[in-house]
Amino acid sequence: MINYIIRRLFLTIPTIIGIITITFLLMYVVPGDPVRILMGQRGDPETIAMIRKQMGLDDPLPVQYFRFLGNILRGDFGRSYATNRPVLPEILSRFPATLKLALASMLVASIIGLTAGIVSATRQYSFFDYSSMVVALMGVSAPVFWVGLLLMWIFGYTLGWLPISGYGGVSYLILPAIALGVRPAAYIARMTRSSFLEVLRQDYIRTARAKGLPERRVIYVHAMRNTLITVITVLGMELASLLSGAVLTETIFAWPGIGRLSVDAIIKRDHPMVQGTVLFTAIIFIFANLIVDISYAFLDPRIRYE
Amino acid sequence: MNRKMDNKEVSTSYWKDAFKRLRKNKLAMVGLYIILGLMVIAILAPWIAPYDPYEVNYDEYLEPPSLRHPLGTDEFGRDILSRIIFGARVSLQVGIIAEGIATAIGVLLGSISGYYGGWVDHLIVELTNIIFAFPFLLFVIAIVVSLGPSLTNVFIAVGITGWAGTARLIRGQILSLKESEYVEAARALGASNTRIIFKHIVPNCIAPIIISATLGMGGAIMTEASLSFLGLGAQPPIPSWGSMIDYAKDFLRTNLWYSFFPGLAIMITVFGFNLLGDGLRDALDPRLKV
Repeated sequence: MINYIIRRLFLTIPTIIGIITITFLLMYVVPGDPVRILMGQRGDPETIAMIRKQMGLDDPLPVQYFRFLGNILRGDFGRSYATNRPVLPEILSRFPATLKLALASMLVASIIGLTAGIVSATRQYSFFDYSSMVVALMGVSAPVFWVGLLLMWIFGYTLGWLPISGYGGVSYLILPAIALGVRPAAYIARMTRSSFLEVLRQDYIRTARAKGLPERRVIYVHAMRNTLITVITVLGMELASLLSGAVLTETIFAWPGIGRLSVDAIIKRDHPMVQGTVLFTAIIFIFANLIVDISYAFLDPRIRYE
Repeated sequence: MNRKMDNKEVSTSYWKDAFKRLRKNKLAMVGLYIILGLMVIAILAPWIAPYDPYEVNYDEYLEPPSLRHPLGTDEFGRDILSRIIFGARVSLQVGIIAEGIATAIGVLLGSISGYYGGWVDHLIVELTNIIFAFPFLLFVIAIVVSLGPSLTNVFIAVGITGWAGTARLIRGQILSLKESEYVEAARALGASNTRIIFKHIVPNCIAPIIISATLGMGGAIMTEASLSFLGLGAQPPIPSWGSMIDYAKDFLRTNLWYSFFPGLAIMITVFGFNLLGDGLRDALDPRLKV
């Protein structure tokens, strides 16, 4: 197991370097002189030339690249154009909000997704099965920002039960968590249903039925265990993508997480901040997925001996 | 073309079977009709739209749905129904062009990777892993920001990020197909690698390509809507469903329909592609049908 983890950790190194490289190149090709953005209208040509030199913007591409790489590896993500403060602490301070929203919507998604998936699978081809799978596919097809706006209108403006947007207690968390949870819920429902159906066809389930176990026990004990392996992986993968920031949901609900931070940075043309959030979320995404893979190997011993 | 089809008896009957299976799948047919309907709307937009989608009329701004304006008007007094009808053009373009670029890159890189193996394969596989490691929407946003916000750049961004899945799929198919006897026979006859790949191998993975392209079109349309919602896609006054919602959200409290209808259009469209994609998967891949 330890060997497997170490091997997987090593495999992430080229991916992370690749991500740093692409992020660097993306910001390198951005049109517009960063110094101009920084100085606004004030700068005269000499000052601009001096600052360019100070920032190393006149160095050849490879020199700039390796300096960037070195800085990132030391945890220096650069300074924000907007505030001139280091980017990384700002990103880290926004992470708890993103984490809170991700966990809450995961909770919503698992409760709805698992229930719908199991009920559909045990009543395959029933009206419930048919309609819940159509609803799930509609959930996958609805834009999250639109779902968010509809929820806002219904529960915020019309019924007045919940705050429209902002950050605070649990009441602020409910609407964004539901909006963000719709897609993963639909996905979890579909995956749970199909993996449950697969498990139900296996020999050991027939054996369990043949020896006279009550159906309830066959489904909730025997079949459930093997279904959970697949479902937990899906949950983990969904959580990984939620953790990397819900750009759209955080934007419409004014939720102060990483997604909102990156959109604000884009509007302000704060390139180091954009770069920082992209890089940070990509790395979170990689490690979250790595943990999912490792826990999968933990749950299913067959994986370790591939 | 016809003569060729007749010669390939086996493959013809495969497509006939597949179509028969597809027609039996009610949901998939619903998806197909949604997409066909959308295409008709997009093509006939100038003739069926009741108003000019760009026509500003300050006498009739933010009106609720009525007989004159079935879906109401926006803050410039423009007819929302007409803008949604023209918006279908934007969405379909994105679906076809952006997903077309992504599929082309994916098929090309996937087949090179699977066929040649070695360091090229390692490089391409690593590149797909890197693309998968990026949170998709943020990656697309970063690219569009670098290139500058516009519809064309959305095509490019979706194209260069969307190929990884197709590449992975095609690579897997090619790895198994390249060992088959008919490929060996083609090689023995002296066919070049390019000919073997594009004349012999790729046509045999057309089914998975169609499935992933159909699902991908829905995804591309959703991505464009999201980018336009953030103001990074279609620029005003182009009627894109995503940017309509972007403007509508400021009037949400009093004018729900303005946000509601463009979003409904996005959902129905993406739903159509997802239904058809799912149905095609069941129809084209009999092995998956249990």
